[in-house]
Order: sequence, then C-alpha cells, then structure tokens
Amino acid sequence: MTYDLIVVGGGPAGLAAACSAWEKGLKHILIVERDKELGGILNQCIHNGFGLHRFKEELTGPEYAGRFIKMLNDTGVEVMLDTMVLEINAQHQVHVISAAKGYEVLEAKSIILAMGCRERTRGAIGIPGDRPAGVFTAGSAQRYLNMEGYMVGKRVVILGSGDIGLIMARRMTLEGAKVLACVELMPYSGGLMRNIVQCLEDWGIPLYLSHTITDIVATNGRVSHVTVHKLDDKRQPIPGTNLEFDCDTVLLSVGLIPENELTRAAGIAMDPRTNGAIVYENMETSVPGIFACGNVVHVHDLVDYVSAESERAGAAAAAYVLNGVQQGNAITIVNGADVGYTVPQKIRVDNVPKAADIFFRVRRVFKDSVIEIKDGDRLVISYKREHMAPGEMEHIILPRKLLDTVTGNEITVSAREA
Amino acid sequence: MYDVCIIGCGVIGAATAFELSKYQADVLVLEKENDVAMGASRANSAIIHAGYDPKPGTLMARLNVEGNAMAEQLCKDLSVPFSRIGSLVLAFTEEEEATVKMLYERGVQNGVPGLKIINADEIHEMEPEVSKDVRSALYAPSAGIITPWDYTLAFAETAVRNGVKVTLNARVTNIEKLPEGGYRLTTPQGVFEAKYVINAAGVHSGEIHEMVAEKTFTVCPNRGEYYVMDKSECFRAHHVLFQCPNKDGKGVLVTPTMDHNLLVGPNAEGVEDGDRVNNTAAGMAFVREKAYKTMQTINYRNAIRNFAGIRANTDKDEFQIGIAAENFIDLAGIKSPGLSSAPAIALEAVKLLSQCGFNPEKKANPITTREKKRFRFMNDEERREAIKENPAYGRVICRCETVTEGEILDAIHSPIPPCSVDGIKRRAGTGMGRCQGGFCGPRVVDILARELHLDPMTITQDGAGSQLLLAETKQEVSAK
Amino acid sequence: MKELVCIVCPKGCRLHVDEENDYAVTGNSCPRGAVYGHNEIKNPTRVLTSTVRLEGGLYPRCPVKTDKAVPKKLLMDIMQELNHVSLHAPVEAGQVVLANICGTDANVVVTKNL
Repeated sequence: MTYDLIVVGGGPAGLAAACSAWEKGLKHILIVERDKELGGILNQCIHNGFGLHRFKEELTGPEYAGRFIKMLNDTGVEVMLDTMVLEINAQHQVHVISAAKGYEVLEAKSIILAMGCRERTRGAIGIPGDRPAGVFTAGSAQRYLNMEGYMVGKRVVILGSGDIGLIMARRMTLEGAKVLACVELMPYSGGLMRNIVQCLEDWGIPLYLSHTITDIVATNGRVSHVTVHKLDDKRQPIPGTNLEFDCDTVLLSVGLIPENELTRAAGIAMDPRTNGAIVYENMETSVPGIFACGNVVHVHDLVDYVSAESERAGAAAAAYVLNGVQQGNAITIVNGADVGYTVPQKIRVDNVPKAADIFFRVRRVFKDSVIEIKDGDRLVISYKREHMAPGEMEHIILPRKLLDTVTGNEITVSAREA
Repeated sequence: MYDVCIIGCGVIGAATAFELSKYQADVLVLEKENDVAMGASRANSAIIHAGYDPKPGTLMARLNVEGNAMAEQLCKDLSVPFSRIGSLVLAFTEEEEATVKMLYERGVQNGVPGLKIINADEIHEMEPEVSKDVRSALYAPSAGIITPWDYTLAFAETAVRNGVKVTLNARVTNIEKLPEGGYRLTTPQGVFEAKYVINAAGVHSGEIHEMVAEKTFTVCPNRGEYYVMDKSECFRAHHVLFQCPNKDGKGVLVTPTMDHNLLVGPNAEGVEDGDRVNNTAAGMAFVREKAYKTMQTINYRNAIRNFAGIRANTDKDEFQIGIAAENFIDLAGIKSPGLSSAPAIALEAVKLLSQCGFNPEKKANPITTREKKRFRFMNDEERREAIKENPAYGRVICRCETVTEGEILDAIHSPIPPCSVDGIKRRAGTGMGRCQGGFCGPRVVDILARELHLDPMTITQDGAGSQLLLAETKQEVSAK
Repeated sequence: MKELVCIVCPKGCRLHVDEENDYAVTGNSCPRGAVYGHNEIKNPTRVLTSTVRLEGGLYPRCPVKTDKAVPKKLLMDIMQELNHVSLHAPVEAGQVVLANICGTDANVVVTKNL
C-alpha cells in the first residue's frame, strides 16, 4: 500500500501536521515515532506556559501534547511507535525499523519531516577542563528529573540562559537543589523575560551576562568546581574577573540544532543559516512532495507557532496529493541588514492564497524600529516594531497583492531603527 | 599461583594476554580501573603508523613495522574497525622538505613498504582541502586508522574466552618477591601470586618497575588534546595528514576516523599527573592554530567533543622492553608508536618469557576470532536478518550512531562486562555521535540497571566515582 | 514605591508600584501591565508544576500542576506535600491528586494520561 502521507516524528509538529492533513481530506496517513509514546519533547516539559496563542489558556507541555493526541485519536491516522526512520529518499520511500516489525520500506505520495531538534553539547562549544560525570545538557537533566524521577545534582551551575536552562533552574530548586548561578555568554538573555523573573529572580539565582565557564574541575570522577570569567567585547575572558563555584553539576542550555540528518541524506537543499531545509511558502522542500515543519526547519520560541506552521505543512501536503504538483516561479527572500534568516526562504507567488507568512530573527536588540521589505530599491511595505530581539521570532504577513507587484526574482527583508 | 601476571590492561597488556592465551598457561591481568583500555589506549590519534618515524635500528622502528603488518589480519579476525587509508607527511617549507626526505630514507631503512615522495599537485589530487602552501609530502600507503579501544577490547575479550582472568579495580600497590620464586602482588581486590610478572602499566610503568628493580628510566607523562568533529566534516581528509615531526612529537594531524568523524590534534605538553586528562583553553587554541597550517577550511562550529590523552613518554628515546628483574619483564614506557606496535610487542613478551625459562605448550585450538554485530555498518539485507534473529536489533537506542538495543545487550553480556555508560560507549558506540549521549544516555543507564539488576544511582558515567544520578525525587513517601 | 519589569509581553516595561496608594501602577504601556504590577506586589502567585510518584506506569513519575495560581510563598510547602503522594496507573489528565492544597483553594491535578 502507498500512504498518502508519512509524517516523520510524533511530537508537536508531526501531530499538528497529521491532524491538518486529515482534515484536508487525506485518508491514509502514518506517523512514525521513535519513542514509546506521542508528544515528543513536550512530555518532559511539565511546566506551564504553552498554548496561550493556540488555545487561549496556559497549559503544561503534556497537556498541550494531550490536546493534539486527543484530536489525532478522532482521526484515522495510523501511528507506529518505537520505530526509527533510517532513511528517506526523493522517491518518497521511508526505510523504518522496529523491534515489533523488523525492517520495512514504506511508500508514500508525500512526506512531512517533523523530527524536531537536539541540544548543543559541551563539545560544540569547547569548554576546557576535566570531562567528568555531572555535565549534562539541560534537556537530558529534565528528562531524568521529570520522567525518570532522578536528580542529576545538588549544587548546580547553569551555562546559557535559554528557556530550557531557566526552567531547569526553577525545577532543580523546587526539588531541593541549590542553583548557584546562571551564566550567559551574550550581553542579553536568550530566554523569555517571564522565565528570567519566575525561574531566576523568584529564587534569588544570579544571572551573569557576558560571562562563561572557563574551567571544570573533577574530583573522583564527578564535577567538583567550576570557574567563571567575565568576557570582553571580543568574548575573551578578562583576567582577574574569575568567580569560583563549588558544585557537582553543570547544566548546559547553549542552543538547539535542527535534526536534519535524514533531510541531508535525502539530498534536500539546506539553509546553513537555519540548519534546516530551504522551504517554500507552503513548507515544501526542494524535493517535490516532501515538506518540513516545526523545529526541524528552524528553532521556534513557542510551540504554538510550531503547531501553526505544521498545520500549514499538513494542508499543503494534502493539496499536493489531492491537486498535484505546485508550480510557479519562486521569489527568493534575501536577508538584509540585521536579519539572521527567514522562513520560508522562497515564495511561489502563484501559490500564495491571500498572504504569505514570513518568520525571521533579527541579529541584535532593537527598540522602536521598522522592518522593511524591498524589491530592489523600491520599498514594498514596512512594519513598525516597538521591540525586537534575537531571542524572539518575528512574524510578518505579506499580502498577495503586494507580492504581485514584485518585478525582480528576489525581495529583501531588513531591520533598522526608526 | 598464576604462571603469568600482566599489570595493566591497555592495548599492550591486552595484546600480550591475547598472545599468551594461545598457550597452556594460567594468566592473570590486573587493571587498576573499572574497565580495560582506560589510559592512553582509549585517548590517542587512533593511527596505525607506517613506521618511517622511529630511528632505524631501534626496537620502536622494528616493532612498529611488524605491528603494522600484523594489524590487518588481526583486525579482520577480531572484527576491529581498521582501514589502511595511508598517510601523508606534509612539507610547507624547504626545511620541512628536507625532513620529508630524511623520513623517506628512514622509512626505507625500517622496511616500510610503498613509500613515495609526492608533489603539491599529487597531494591536491588526493586531498583537495589541504592548504595551497603545501610543497611536497611523504606518502605512506601502509598507514591505517583504527578504533583503538576496540583493538584493546578485542585482544582482552578473546584472551578471556581463552581462559585468561582479567581483574578490574585492582591497582597494584606492592610487589613482593617470594623466596621460593615468583612474586606476590597486592591490590584492593586481594593478593595474587604469579611465577612471572609483565609490567604493562603505561604511564605508571615506572612506579611498577621500581617496586622490583633499580630505577632505569623516568616516565614523563605528556598530554595531547584533540577535537572530534561531526561526520559532516569527515570529507575534508581521506588520509592521515601529518605535519613534519618536531621535538614535541609528530605534530598536529588531521584524519578521518573509523566512525567517519574528523579528528584534529594533538598538542604535546608535559604534565605532572599522568591520570588527569583535562582539556585546556591554551591547548585547544594551539591545536586549532597548528591545524590551520594543514587545512584552513575546518569548521570548528561542527566540533562534537574535545578530549585529551596521556602519552607514557620517558626520558629515553626508546621503548623500555626487557627483563627488569628475575622473571619480571618490562613492557614499559610504551609511547607512540605503541598502539601500532602492540601485537609485535606481545610477541616480544613471549620471547622474553622464554628467555626467563617459561616455555609453555601451545593450545591445540585457541580462539583467535571474535564476531561483533555493528548495525550501523550492515546493509539492508543484513539488518533485516539481524532483527529477524533478535528483535532487540530493531530498537535504535543511540540515534546519532544508529546503535541498537541488541548491540548494547551484546556489550553488557560480553566477556569483560562493562559497568558504566562509557563502557557501553566503547563497546557498542552509543553516545559517540553529535548529541554526545544527550538522548541515549538515560536509556543506556536504564538498560544497564535493568540487565545488571542495579539501582540506576549506582551506574557511573565512566570510572569509579563518576555516578550520574545523585538523588531520587519525592523521597518521603507515606501510603495514601 | 517598588520597581519591577513587566513580563506580560516581550517589551519589558519598567513598572513602578505604589504600595501606599493601593498598589497603583505607573510605567505600563497597556492595561495588562497594570494588572500584573498590582498583583505581583500585592499578592504574587504562581502555578506550581511538579511530579508525583507513579506505580505501574510507563514512567515512575507523573506530572502534576496546581489548577490555579497559588501564593508564591507556599510553593515549597506544596512541594513537601507532593512528596507524600504515590499514584497508581492508569491516571488521567485532570484527575485531582490533592484537593484544596495547603488551604489555597487550588487542587493539584494530573497533567498527563499515563
């Protein structure tokens, strides 16, 4: 049998994509999930704050996933759990293995990639020192704590002020650990202000901006001490600024990387800025009929946005299967001043219904600024913003009727102070 | 009383144990750590050198070339990842070109096969990413890359299957000569007696030597630091790319590994503590700076791990191999090219035992092969078969390296059972990849605890004391 | 007068709250900021999320939360109470684990089917 759609990954992106494709009329849909349950990383994110946009209420991670799993249960979407995808290819074949069914090659009319992302590790940032037990990514520690019921440490220093690190500062504190410091390389936090207040300030945990860990010392195989230094403008440690912490644990919250090994191996064109696939306005990749959505495309701040993007991908996969291949010339979106990346990277104007959604991140903190879309030197449209920061994904809606005025084959998105 | 006690289960001790296990002899290996291959054998450049580097006429020269020649068949028989990809020693200056010529001459004298000096065009044909500044290179087709901890494990496991006893957590603290001949060795695991003792204690071989003999050499522990790069960087090198050796060693190299990563390093720095393998900001910066000369394109954002290893360098420009005292053999001060020489050093040990008067009969049919399932290197058909045979091969635990539960179970139930997450890593390959065990770590802990009937809180990352989990949550339970 | 940063949206307005004057808020750019500033100084509350023991489930812990915000100063007391709880699978999201926790009028409820 050939599936209408195979969704790789049963986290928030995969769930929303499958539900949406079903709603749009696809009947033979399969989700392949490597874990023993659906929901992905949300299962370990037991804190609240999810769903304010999507459901207009504050849910915990498992509750947010639960809403979508309930929706999925009302459809005829098939699910394979405990199953690993080893390979996908441009012919829409999906190689999977599982203990239950062995090695199988599945065929599909369309595929949605929803593999999510992974955490950057100590090795990726090259922290000097001993390499003992006690250095964990925040997400691994979160899994041990919230799902397995173990504390990875009692005296903790956190490197990186991304949201997972902040959330873990509070969780470890609530469970009786002493969190000594949160140390951030950049001069600003990568996390939400709300998490700085509720996860650090509520508990009197100091946040050291423009600081980093410069040494990790072990005693008898476990972390026993770390040294932290303030950094100069070139991010080099300033001698004499060292702070010394006796601790047993270092948690790392130093960024997420889209998990695209399957994507690369399938020969899908990648964007080095996002570490994700290059996608069109409907989340289709460079290989026709293969779509991508969620954190595998670009790392999102809020799961609500993942769901919205994935629903668009699901609908587009349904349209691809039911109506055939999307055609049309594509406009490339060029990153102008202070714009780090955009998603989508390309827009096929003929396929844009009323407007195209464009997501992007700025490279620095802005107050009272404008986002400009230009066709060559001509200003197509501008959008005002009171506040922008690299940690906050920006979203603009570009009307079709303005896209129709574009004469060149590219438009530029840039940001500047007003 | 054992016939032979080998102190140290690095690659030298393990290769010697394997060689002796082919004879009718009671052999004991004492290892101070909680696993084998815990010193220099697991943290090095993972190269089987061709043998043009050591001075002609030295033991190092002969044993390197012999060990290199033995590696291929041994790795085939013992299922150790090995590939004879060849090496280049790159010359960037006139002076270095002279060094390359000198190495060529040495290599020819040492009996290294197939050596050739090649020009810049030929180099770039073979290695397009190498710096445009390169002038010429020594090409040694017999150099290879290997998984060094698995080489050690293969020797040790096969020796155990042949009846050798390996005792872990057994640091030798005292050696006493027995009046009736033989030695008594004291360890935290008890006291052991053996007629013959072989000192393969690596960076501690000086201390062991001095327990029975006058000091004749000094171990000078020397640390080398490395970068391991993601598989996406592996394409940059197809051969082992050396720079010209200098007084500090063979210099910074760039090489692919058997796991398709790119390895960059090492520096060379004398250190006090031969057991401390920390990385330093200065050492890592040095490696990046020196490697830049070989190749400007390496993207360090794609680094997945740093590590450091300790070389058992000595004040002598030679391996310290010989009879140190009555019935006591030193395989000491085994620095580079020790890994390459290991199987040849083992044969040397058998010869020295014979000189001491120990000439056991060969066993009729000793085990000399090892099978190992590696799902990631199987083709589709082999994978289908493996899962059919045992469904555990269908459950991927380490998703970066595609290591299955079946391979983890094989490791746990192997002849030298591991007790740590890194013990599983060395045997099965879990956690070696880009997420560095972030995903599979908790699952490996779970499987280890389940299979060994242990509390997860006792499972270590690596050596003794390196527990991962420090407490259970929700401690004060009362019925409700 | 107390000063705090508003967390209602990413703008991060610096709020001034006058305790002498019925917790009047200045510095806010929207009405939601005024409400936040008022409550945050007068009676700061938080939703607590944590876990409790679970027997016979897919995992040995089950996530829970308070079904409404509780006074910040009681968070550690509630954590203590959770240590005494052990549930048996199956459990369903929304199931009450502890009612009227620490006299707060909030219930601790399960947040995942397990």
